[in-house]
Amino acid sequence: MSEPPVLSLRDVKKDFGPAKVIQGVTLDIAPGERHAIIGPNGAGKSTLFNLISGLYRPTSGEITLRGKTISGVKPYRINRMGLSRSFQVSNIFSNMSVRENVRCGVLYSMGYGYNFWRNIGNLIPVQEKTVEILDSVGLIDKADQSAALLAYADQRTLEIAITIASGADVVLMDEPTAGMSHSETDRAIALIKKATQGKTLLIVEHDMGVVFGLSDRISVLVYGEVIATGLPEEIRNNALVREAYLGDEAELPGVEA
Amino acid sequence: MNQQGTVLDTVSDLGPSRRAKFTRRVLPFIIMAVLLIVIPMLGPSRTALSLLNAIGINIVFALSFNILLGQTGLLSFGHAVYFGLGGYTAMHAMNWIEYADGGFWGSYPMFALPLVGFAGGAFAGALIGWPSCRRAGIPFSMISLGIAELVAATGLIFVSFFGGEEGITGDRMNGVEMFGLNLGQVHQVYWFIAFWTFVGTVAMYAFTRTPLGRLTQAVRDNPQRVEFVGYDPQQVRYLAFIASGGFAGLAGGMSAVNYEIFTPEALSLAPSGLVILMAYIGGIRYFAGPILGAILLTYMQTNLSDFSEAWLLYLGLLFIAMVLFAPGGLAGVVIDVTNRLGKPGAVQQFVKGLVAVATGMIAFFGVVILIEIAVRLTNGHGEVFQPFGIGLPSTSLMSWAIGVCLVAIGVFGLKFTTKQVGER
Amino acid sequence: METIVFSLLNGIIYGLLLFMLSSGLTLIFSMMGILNFAHASFYMLGAYFAYSIGSVTGFWVALFLAPVLVGVAGAAVERFGLRRLHAEGHVAELLFTFGLAYIIEEIVKIVWGKIAVPYKVPAALDFPLFELFGSQYPAYRIFMLVVSLAMLFALWYLLKRTRIGLIIQAALTHPNMVAHLGHNVQRIFMLVFAAGCALAGLAGVIGGNYLVTEPSMAFTIGPIVFVVVVVGGMGSLEGAFIASLLIGIMQTFAISVDATFSDLFGWLGLSASSELGGISIPSLAPTLPYLLLVLMLMFRPRGLMGAREF
Repeated sequence: MSEPPVLSLRDVKKDFGPAKVIQGVTLDIAPGERHAIIGPNGAGKSTLFNLISGLYRPTSGEITLRGKTISGVKPYRINRMGLSRSFQVSNIFSNMSVRENVRCGVLYSMGYGYNFWRNIGNLIPVQEKTVEILDSVGLIDKADQSAALLAYADQRTLEIAITIASGADVVLMDEPTAGMSHSETDRAIALIKKATQGKTLLIVEHDMGVVFGLSDRISVLVYGEVIATGLPEEIRNNALVREAYLGDEAELPGVEA
Repeated sequence: MNQQGTVLDTVSDLGPSRRAKFTRRVLPFIIMAVLLIVIPMLGPSRTALSLLNAIGINIVFALSFNILLGQTGLLSFGHAVYFGLGGYTAMHAMNWIEYADGGFWGSYPMFALPLVGFAGGAFAGALIGWPSCRRAGIPFSMISLGIAELVAATGLIFVSFFGGEEGITGDRMNGVEMFGLNLGQVHQVYWFIAFWTFVGTVAMYAFTRTPLGRLTQAVRDNPQRVEFVGYDPQQVRYLAFIASGGFAGLAGGMSAVNYEIFTPEALSLAPSGLVILMAYIGGIRYFAGPILGAILLTYMQTNLSDFSEAWLLYLGLLFIAMVLFAPGGLAGVVIDVTNRLGKPGAVQQFVKGLVAVATGMIAFFGVVILIEIAVRLTNGHGEVFQPFGIGLPSTSLMSWAIGVCLVAIGVFGLKFTTKQVGER
Repeated sequence: METIVFSLLNGIIYGLLLFMLSSGLTLIFSMMGILNFAHASFYMLGAYFAYSIGSVTGFWVALFLAPVLVGVAGAAVERFGLRRLHAEGHVAELLFTFGLAYIIEEIVKIVWGKIAVPYKVPAALDFPLFELFGSQYPAYRIFMLVVSLAMLFALWYLLKRTRIGLIIQAALTHPNMVAHLGHNVQRIFMLVFAAGCALAGLAGVIGGNYLVTEPSMAFTIGPIVFVVVVVGGMGSLEGAFIASLLIGIMQTFAISVDATFSDLFGWLGLSASSELGGISIPSLAPTLPYLLLVLMLMFRPRGLMGAREF
C-alpha cells in the first residue's frame, strides 16, 4: 500500500433524516485493486456507491478520487474524472437499440460532448469503439435489437457494457450478477475480469464464491460501518465478520472458487 | 492490423445497410422535394396556395415543438412564445431592410428573413430556457405556462417592440431578390415557404442524428443514467430548448413574410395549445408525425371553422380520443396498419378493421348530430341542421333521439368489434 | 391608510379564492402525481352550474348543489378517463386534462353562450356591510371570506382528524406509500380527485359572481393557480396557502397603486416620458404572479415550502 490510493473515503457519513445509514466509513482503494464490499441487506452498500458516484451528497466526511475531492460533485463531473458505475437494477435506455445504448456511453469520452453539427453515423472512432465494446461483451450479434426486448441476463451485460464504455479506470459495480443463473454468473464474472483488467474495481456482490474468487481485498459493511477490511484470507478468518455477517451458517467457500 | 481490419468491417456491417439508410433517411426527403415542386404545376387556386403556405409554416412550427415533447420529453405550454419572438424579430428586420440605407440590412435578402427569425427564437430560448430548464417533467410544463403568460402580458405593455394590440406590419417586396423571387404574388411566396419548409425539415431531421440529438432521447428515457455517462441532463435539455426555440423562430420568420404582420396574439396561449394538438394528433413518437398533424389541423382550421362553430370541440374530442386510444397519433396508426398488412391473416384483420372504422363512424355521426343541434339550439340563429338534406330541427325530440341512438349503436358496435380484433 | 386596509382585505379574499383552487390542485398532484390542467375548468363549471341552478332554486341551494355536481363530474373524469391512462405516465395524464380543458370550454360556449352570463351576487348579500374611512364595504366579500375560512377549517379538520385525512397526509410526505394502500387506492384516488374538483367548483360558485362568469374565465385564472402551486412548492398545502395570499395581496395592491415606473425609479434617472418609465404599476398587475414565478425559479427552485424534489 505504498502507492497513494486512487479512491479514498474519510469518515464519510450519510443521514436520511433521523436514519444514520452510513456512520463514518473510511476506506482506501489502491490503483488496480479489485475490492469487494460485502454485508447483509440494508448495510448501506448501495448508499455507499451512491455517495461515491455523486448521486447523494455525504452529510459529512470527504471522498477523493486521485487526490481530488468528489464528495458533493455532480455525477456527470465525477464520471468525466474517470469513475463509472453500474446499477443494481438495470438502468439502460430501453427505447434504444443495444448499439445506441453503448454509443451513449462512449460519446463523451471520445470528445464529442454536446456536438450538434456532426452526423453521429459518420463518427468513425465512435462507431469503432462501440463495436469493440459490443464485441468484447458478446452482444455484437444483438447490436440492433431493442434494449427493452433483451433477455434479462443480456440486459445485465448491457449495463456492464455501458459502464465500461467510457473507458473510466475506476469502475463501481453494484451487484452485477444479481438474478443471474450459475452459468450466466460465471460468464459475467469472466467478462468483468477481462473488462476491468488494469483498472480499479469496486464491487458489491452477494455471491460469496464470486467475491472470494475475484477480489484482491474485501471490506465488510454492517449497519453503515466497515467492520473489517483485508485480504480474502483475513476476512474469512475474522471473528467479527463471522459473528456479525456470516453467522452460524458460515460455510465460507473453499479456495476452489 | 488484421484485428483493425475486422473491426472496421464490422462497423460497416453494423447498423442499417446502405439500402435501408437510403430508403429510410434519404428517400422520404426526395419525395417531399418532388411533391413540393409538383404541387404548383397542378395549378392550385390562390386559396389553395395560401392554405399550403399556412401548412408549411405549421409543419416547421410543429416539428420544432416536437424537439421538446417527442425527442426530449418536455411538454411546453408556451411554445408560441418562440414562434412569436422569432417572428417579431423578423418583422422588425423586414422594416430595417425596407428603410435600410446600405449597410448590412441594405444587402440582406428578404428571402433569408427566416434566418433572422431563427436567431430571434434561439436567443429567446437561450434566455428563457435558462430558468425553465432547471426542472423537467410536470414542473417544467407549469413553468412554461407561467412564462408564456408573462411574455404574452409583456407583449401588450412594450408597445415599441410589439406594436400594441395592432401589432407591427411590414412590406416583403423590398431588399435584394434571391432566386429571382420578388415575393409579390402568392405563388412566389409559395416557393419561399416550400424552400424553408424543406430546409427546416431536413435540418431538424439532421439534428436528431447528431450526438446531441441522440442524447436528448437518452435524457427523455432515462435522465439518471445520462448523468453516469458523463452528461448533464439539464444541459442537454437546455440545448434542445434553444434548438427548438430557433426552429420555432424560423417558422415565425416564414410567417412574417407570408402575412406581413405580427400581433401579440401570436405569443398567446391559443397558438401554443394548437401546436400541442398538431404534434400529438400527428404522432409525437415519429419524426413525420407532426408533419401529418400540421397538415390535418391547418386544413381543419381553415375549412372546418367555416362549417361548424364547434370545430374546436371536435378538435378537442379528436385529441382526447388520440390520447386515450392511439398515443402514437396518426403516424402510429399508419405504421401499425402497414405492419399488420404484411402479416398472415391480414385480409381478415383488414376487414375487421374496416368494420370497426365503420361502427366508429356511426358513433361519430351521432356525436356530430348532437353537437350541431345543440349549437343551433343555443346560438339563436334559428338555423336547422341538415346533414345530407335531412332536416334535424334542434327543438324536436326526434333529432336528439337519433343522435343518442347513433352514438349508442356505434359505441356498442365498437366494443364488440374491437374485442374480436383484440382476440385475433 | 384607506387604500391599504381595503387592498389588504380584498387581497386576502382573492388570495383565499386562489387557495380554494390551489389546495385541490395540490391534493390531487400530491396523491396521484397528476397535474390537472382542467382544474380551472371545474372552477368555471362551478360558476355556471351555480348560475343555472341558482336561477331555479336560488343562491343558497346552488351554493351546496353546484360543488357537489362538479365533484361528480370530476369523479367521472377520473373513472372513465384518467384511470385508463395511469400506466401511460404523467405526461399522458397532463395531455388528457389539457384536452379536457378545451372540451369543457367549448361545451360551456355551446350551452351558455360565448359571452358572460348575468350571474349576480344574491340580493340577500347585496348590501354594504360597514363603512370604513367613508367608503362602503360590500357584504358579499365578507361572505366570501367566511366561506373560504369555513373551507379552510373543514380541510384542516379533514386532514388532521379523520382517517382518510391521515392517509392523505401520509401520502403527501411519503409518496411511495400510496402504492401500498392496496385495493383501496383507486377509490381514494377517485375521492381525492372528486373532492379537489368540488373545491374548485365551490371557488367558482362564490367567485363567479364576484369576478365574471364567462367561457374564458378558466384560462384567465388557471395559469395563476399553477404559479401559486410552483411558488408555494409543489405538493405543499402550507406553501400553497402562503403563496395564494401573497399573490392575492400583491396583485390587489398593484392595482391600487397610482404610480408609474418613473415615480418609483426616477432616482435612477428613469424619465417619465421614456417607454419603461411610462409603464404604470396597475398595468403590471397581471404580470406580477409570473414575475414572482421567474424570480422564485432563479433563487429558490423548490418553492417556498417545497421539500420534495419532483
